[in-house]
Amino acid sequence: MTWDWNYVADVLPALLDGLRITVIATLLGSLVALVLGLVFAVLMRGPAPVRVVVRALVEFVRSTPLLVQVFFLFFVLPQFGVTLGALVVGVIALGLHYAAYNSEVYRAGIEAVPRGQWEAATALSLPRSRVWTGVVLPQAIPRVLPALGNNVISMFKETPLLIGIGVLDIVGQAREAGNTTFRYVEVYTIAGLLFLVLSYPAALLVRRLERRVVGT
Amino acid sequence: MIVFEGVEKRFGDNVVLSDLDFTVASGEHVTLIGPSGSGKTTILRLLMCLEAVSDGVIRVGGRPLSHMEKGGRLVPADEKHSREVRKHIGMVFQQFNLFPNMTVRGNLVEAPTRVLGLSRDEADARAVELLDLVGLAEKIDEHPSRLSGGQQQRVAIARALAMRPDVLLLDEVTSALDPELVAGVLKLLREIGETTDITILCVTHEMGFARDFSHRVMMFDGGRIVEDAPPEELFTAPREPRTQEFLRAVLGR
Repeated sequence: MTWDWNYVADVLPALLDGLRITVIATLLGSLVALVLGLVFAVLMRGPAPVRVVVRALVEFVRSTPLLVQVFFLFFVLPQFGVTLGALVVGVIALGLHYAAYNSEVYRAGIEAVPRGQWEAATALSLPRSRVWTGVVLPQAIPRVLPALGNNVISMFKETPLLIGIGVLDIVGQAREAGNTTFRYVEVYTIAGLLFLVLSYPAALLVRRLERRVVGT
Repeated sequence: MIVFEGVEKRFGDNVVLSDLDFTVASGEHVTLIGPSGSGKTTILRLLMCLEAVSDGVIRVGGRPLSHMEKGGRLVPADEKHSREVRKHIGMVFQQFNLFPNMTVRGNLVEAPTRVLGLSRDEADARAVELLDLVGLAEKIDEHPSRLSGGQQQRVAIARALAMRPDVLLLDEVTSALDPELVAGVLKLLREIGETTDITILCVTHEMGFARDFSHRVMMFDGGRIVEDAPPEELFTAPREPRTQEFLRAVLGR
């Protein structure tokens, strides 16, 4: 088995296009996951009925495989008249799945804010919304940024699951190329390297963030 | 100013306060003393609406605090009502509880702008004036973590005063301080007591302070008022054996 540089040059544009899709899916999925996770975490401190519903949703999402959720959204929703593009479904599925995990991360951060902070805010009659945005979240979120960052990296590495619904991410493109030429070494090696090139620096960044958070 | 009518507070089966009746006049300084677990702090927490009464009614300034009037009857207060009545009550905590994510200035202007609707400039002027009073004018742009415990507590007092409260609740405000910092905070409180007409309820273990600061001292034990008398009387000639015993223990005589 030899390494064919000409072949590499041929498939690289397609793989880079796949990388673009992977990055888009990760960024949009993370945006959904970061916002929705925070909403879940805040609602879990709300009145009993809301809390129970959100808790159940989070447990459900955490207890079922991401791939099942992806397939469910892609193949079952159209039967109810909701047809979405593969990438959109991917973003929603990744976003929802990681929102469930992020909500637990946020929750830990929120619980780490001392009770006295809530009480002082209450004693000053601050409106509930301002207690969250002005007092609790500014203290809770910096502490959990590293954990949230790790979840972004995890999501990045899980996007290949979306090839199951035809999203041509890095791995999707690699598979396409490999299936036409029957040369697999180059394409999967490059696919792996592309993941490494992005996720390793990202992991280093998170580690630095961790040290900063611990330092404060 | 403050009226407790048959107030009871239970946590599960544990009765913390039972059938409590007392009034505090406007401008009066009342100190609550007694062994820990006697319910003193719970009284302050009920007044601040950090806890709900299990039974009875609390009134502040003639208005029910724990309840609100609805169709001629008293029903438990909702969040909106509590917030409205609470605006006139300030509280200083044992652990200061300054907001660490804000500067000293931020801590002081937060509630006046958000709750009282003061403009940023008005709130700022008030903050400057109060920091001057507590002797920390130069710390206005510091974060609380850069201040000593005593300084933090003085900022916390300023923060409570920034709301121009009618009632100020002091919950063991010197208990978490290093001994050498206690005097400064107590001196400040005396000054506030002398120069304002704020009604002050104070839970403290500083008997010297209780004696010269309060108009009245209430001795608590087991969720009840054991003795309620002016400080000169209660400290020099306590009538109740339980008070005598408690004072002997804390004063070591």
